[in-house]
Amino acid sequence: MTRETILTAVRRGLRRGPLPPDQAAMLRGRMATHPRQLIPARSQLPYPEQIDLFLRNVEKEFGTVARVPDPDSVPAAVADYLAVQNLPTSLVMAPHPELQAIPWSTRPLLTIREGRAEATDLVSVQHAFAGIAETGTLMLPSAPERPTTLNLLADTEIAILRASRLVGAYEDAWDLLRAERNGMPRNVMLVTGPSRSADIEQALELGAHGPRRLHVVLIEDRV
Amino acid sequence: MHTATSPAFKENAHRALADAGLQKALARSGPSFIARRAAAAAALPEFEQLRDTARDIKNHTLANLDFYLEEYEAKLTAAGGKLHWCATADEARDAVLAICRAANARTVTKGKSMIGEEIAINDHLERNGITPVETDLGEYIIQLRHELPSHIIAPAFHLNLEDWESTFRKSHTDLPADRTFHERRDVLIEARTKLRERFLAADVGITGANFLIAETGSSVIVTNEGNGDLTQTLPRVHIVLASIEKMVPTIEDCTSLLRVLARSATGQDFSVYTTFSTGARRPGDLDGPDEYHVVLLDNGRSAMLGTEFQDMLRCIRCAACMNHCPVYGAVGGHAYGWVYPGPMGSVLTPSLIGVDQAGHLPNASTFCGKCESVCPVRIPLPGLMRHWREREFERHLTPGTMRQGLSFWAWFARRPSLYRLATRAAAWTLGRAGRKRGRFAKLPLASGWTSGRDMPAPEGETFFARYAKAQRAGRSV
Repeated sequence: MTRETILTAVRRGLRRGPLPPDQAAMLRGRMATHPRQLIPARSQLPYPEQIDLFLRNVEKEFGTVARVPDPDSVPAAVADYLAVQNLPTSLVMAPHPELQAIPWSTRPLLTIREGRAEATDLVSVQHAFAGIAETGTLMLPSAPERPTTLNLLADTEIAILRASRLVGAYEDAWDLLRAERNGMPRNVMLVTGPSRSADIEQALELGAHGPRRLHVVLIEDRV
Repeated sequence: MHTATSPAFKENAHRALADAGLQKALARSGPSFIARRAAAAAALPEFEQLRDTARDIKNHTLANLDFYLEEYEAKLTAAGGKLHWCATADEARDAVLAICRAANARTVTKGKSMIGEEIAINDHLERNGITPVETDLGEYIIQLRHELPSHIIAPAFHLNLEDWESTFRKSHTDLPADRTFHERRDVLIEARTKLRERFLAADVGITGANFLIAETGSSVIVTNEGNGDLTQTLPRVHIVLASIEKMVPTIEDCTSLLRVLARSATGQDFSVYTTFSTGARRPGDLDGPDEYHVVLLDNGRSAMLGTEFQDMLRCIRCAACMNHCPVYGAVGGHAYGWVYPGPMGSVLTPSLIGVDQAGHLPNASTFCGKCESVCPVRIPLPGLMRHWREREFERHLTPGTMRQGLSFWAWFARRPSLYRLATRAAAWTLGRAGRKRGRFAKLPLASGWTSGRDMPAPEGETFFARYAKAQRAGRSV
């Protein structure tokens, strides 16, 4: 069996048989506790500086951010963004309870379909599980209420993020996910800005295959 | 496997040096990668420590690779994924084809995968009536041009804008022949539109993996375009191609490596899309593949364990080494003749296809050491290239003239007083002969040097002679 061939070849190279049980138990223990290594100091700022870092990093990577005080202000922020960018007002939205609770009817011009994205969708609204200040990154785990195609097929992705879900380092976001979920979801996307390519003469162009615009609406629900 | 033209490295290099288009592309691309990596490293105070951490994680994993492979398999299977162990490229090709046939695949989209190139999976699928479509922009154009990638993260490194335009005009025949490309953006938009159709139609998506994570049974891809994500999310079946040394123990270990990967590769702090995939769609998911397969390939890696080349297995395929290499910067990637160019290719290729085929590559180095100085996992690349040169010498693969020259020199080097006598005589003779011009445009027995450059004339005494004189006179040199 090829499995045994490869494992035997690996052990031959390492000049030993299978790991003794106590060593295997030690390594299993390490995986279970998944210790962190060095985390850059920039990811360990206190809250107000952390928000500034997150915003700076999102913008550095060609994303945009709008800050709103509460969920009720989200429809206006989204409608204004679409108007300024001259984008259509039909949206496909993640069927997440937090997004469903937003009073979208206060902006009747916005027509919203809930579900996954299709190739014809131009604007998607996604629920951000967490934001990572270290590099202005959004953690977007797949779920029935957070379809992955919303991150990929639309021309413009709008991500709704609560400030209380902003963390400093990637490791903090992973710990949040571990705490709230039993086992990995199918897919966890860490998204930092809109899609781009530098394949043509090493010059940066936005909008390669994924969204060409990434807009974050940050609900400042944290003191 | 692609037939390697590595034995023809010297001829390839000569051609590359004379290729004006290639030289224009190299002059533009190399310096920008170098500058951006330097800026990213300077902006992160912990960067050097993180390089040490990255090296240590990889070393630990390699020392326990069998254990982590088994743990990975258990977690992957528990998450509903299927693992296909493949010792050789043949087995990997068979495994991929079998999965595609079972899925009745007609077209297959591909994210960038160097393992895919290594096993020449595109040719294999085409021969069996299945159409592979490369979706990474750089891979897409080289597929249209029937070329190999010339760089492991920027496959179209060797192309200029006019190449993109002419290839698109030739291949996208359904578009108006007289359309104009005003700027790069026009090329990008045309590619985006064309590939969007292919993404949506694909039955199977094949990606590589930057990392495999034993803790969770996950595969990780790192892209800027989003093509890898579209490739793995839209079709019914997702196949991951990964070699065994991609393994890391935990998500936290992977995160530490990710902190040095993008910075070393493109100078970004983090790539746009870093995606962790674990199995097929879950109950209730509205999108995602129905099947998730991992084709896990050995193909010579296990044979490197326990040898002087084990350090090479730490490589995370960032391409920093080739970006900084003066040889790569002069001849580009195609000269190396196979899948992996530059310093990492010079060390890895002989391990995978044999030093008799790839022997020129470790000799195509000045040992300037820049590669090792920028490698995020601190692989001692020049030292490994020297090991290959030693192996070649032992196997009598070194050219006869070089062996003779080395024997000749070694005879003198073992007799220090004779050595000094001979060099003083040579210095005196050449010094006299070259005094008028100060240099030689031609020298007998040295045409390898003088055909391309002048040899400076010695200015009189050897250092040892001058030193001895100064000692006797009681002063410094």
